[in-house]
Amino acid sequence: MNVLIGILEEGLIYSLLALGVLITYRVLDFPDLTVDSSFPLGAAVSAILTVNGMNPVLTLLVAMVAGGLAGLVTGIIHVKFKVRDLLSGIIVMTGLYSINLRIAGRANLPFFNMNTLMNNPFVKSFPAALQPWSKVIVVLVIVLIVKVLLDLFMNTKAGFLLRAVGDNKTVVTTLACDEGFVKIEGLVLANALVALAGAVMAQKNRVFDISMGTGSMVFGLAAVIIGTNIFKNRQKVNSSTAAIIGSIIYKACVALALSLGLVPQDLKLITAVLFLGILILGNGLKKKVKFHA
Amino acid sequence: MLELRDISKVYSPGSVNEHVLFRHFNLTVEDGQFISVVGSNGSGKTSMLNLICGSIPADEGKIIINGKDITRVREHKRYRTIGRVYQNPAMGTCGNMTILENMAMADNKNRPYNITPGINRRRVAEYRAMLSELGLGLEDKLGVPVSNLSGGQRQALSLLMTTLTPIEFLILDEHTAALDPKTAEIIMQLTGRIVKEKKLTTLMVTHNLRYALEYGNRLIMMHEGNIVMDHADEAKQALKLDDILGKFNEISIECGN
Repeated sequence: MNVLIGILEEGLIYSLLALGVLITYRVLDFPDLTVDSSFPLGAAVSAILTVNGMNPVLTLLVAMVAGGLAGLVTGIIHVKFKVRDLLSGIIVMTGLYSINLRIAGRANLPFFNMNTLMNNPFVKSFPAALQPWSKVIVVLVIVLIVKVLLDLFMNTKAGFLLRAVGDNKTVVTTLACDEGFVKIEGLVLANALVALAGAVMAQKNRVFDISMGTGSMVFGLAAVIIGTNIFKNRQKVNSSTAAIIGSIIYKACVALALSLGLVPQDLKLITAVLFLGILILGNGLKKKVKFHA
Repeated sequence: MLELRDISKVYSPGSVNEHVLFRHFNLTVEDGQFISVVGSNGSGKTSMLNLICGSIPADEGKIIINGKDITRVREHKRYRTIGRVYQNPAMGTCGNMTILENMAMADNKNRPYNITPGINRRRVAEYRAMLSELGLGLEDKLGVPVSNLSGGQRQALSLLMTTLTPIEFLILDEHTAALDPKTAEIIMQLTGRIVKEKKLTTLMVTHNLRYALEYGNRLIMMHEGNIVMDHADEAKQALKLDDILGKFNEISIECGN
């Protein structure tokens, strides 16, 4: 039971990150490495503000603004200065590492004795039977709100344009819109979500750690790819649902690997190997489809 | 009115591959003209369209639309009054989006793309009517992703989307070249009808000499960045296929082919 709760807690938190990666990787077709640093950026902002007594829910919103700014910088470097997408992300990722340290003041910032998002009088007032699930419930509420808003946004005029720019930017240009500007918009939105994930993670663990972002890009990609591959043939399941479920499945796989005797030091290796496995499996599936067609 | 004044364009200047495409090129397109542009490969037809739309910058000269110098105006801003259909049917539509989404998006051109609903339900009946006029069965496929359509269907949709909102100039870049003869015929008829109905000033690059003769009220032939033949109105009407072919051969012989 504890393992299941752990999987759901982490899987759901990382699904916010997966939604961000969904926007950059799937919708915009932009391999955005900013993610690896905007995740701890959200955590640092949320941690330091909580330590200073701000309401934890408000810290999430500030963290999103900070993440959005990181995306904005990546976008401007790429669009205005014509630096390649991968490099723009790497530049911001590298720079943010120092900024994250500055924001938090140190590499590890615990706040165990503060009220947090999942540890406050309101959550403690849940019925006793729900107490073990309290973190899952809080995260689930956040994920559902974000998912619904994101789905609504994707069906607005601005959302259409965002989808169009990753699909075929010529169309955006001939519609008299600046495709670069739309790309920047997408990066802002995506990194705001990633920072939100980092902030929620910090709130759950009641600690900010500078290394918590390492590998988050890979995690997000894996979640998105698992999700979209599983639900490829189901029109009813939209891509945001797929990314959320993909994230939970991925966490479950990691938990399974750990329960088979691997230790936490192996975590990143497990992440990498699982991701490779998914990519190879995904390619195999594609080939099969082609063969039958 | 659209004017190209004294345009020069050199590709890879200063290198061994230096290629002078235009040297003091001039063209004036009067309002309401439908110009067919013919010429061999590399004669500068598509480059001319790219210069007009701002896809490539001019080295020298001016591009003027209705008396306003747009030489330095960025590409996407020029498309406020220009519509363009490309040779590749995939260029004009978004494959992962449905027909309805594509049309709704095109319908919003020159208005803000904000966070109001992407599809205006009251317009759907009209989209359906427009699609059914094409006679390609697209009116029953509004919810289908465009990538599932054939090249001809996609091109018809591109043309429809391009002319959905008011534009002044229509740029057609070999827009029937990738289609089979029957579909090409359908797209050309549709083009002719739309241009007439909306009174669009049109530039059509084509390799199909029959279309060049049959459609439009002016025909120009380009060769090595120059206009070597230019007939409008009655002179264009009197033009025969043999006249164009004759000119083509003349040019080729000059080149030593």
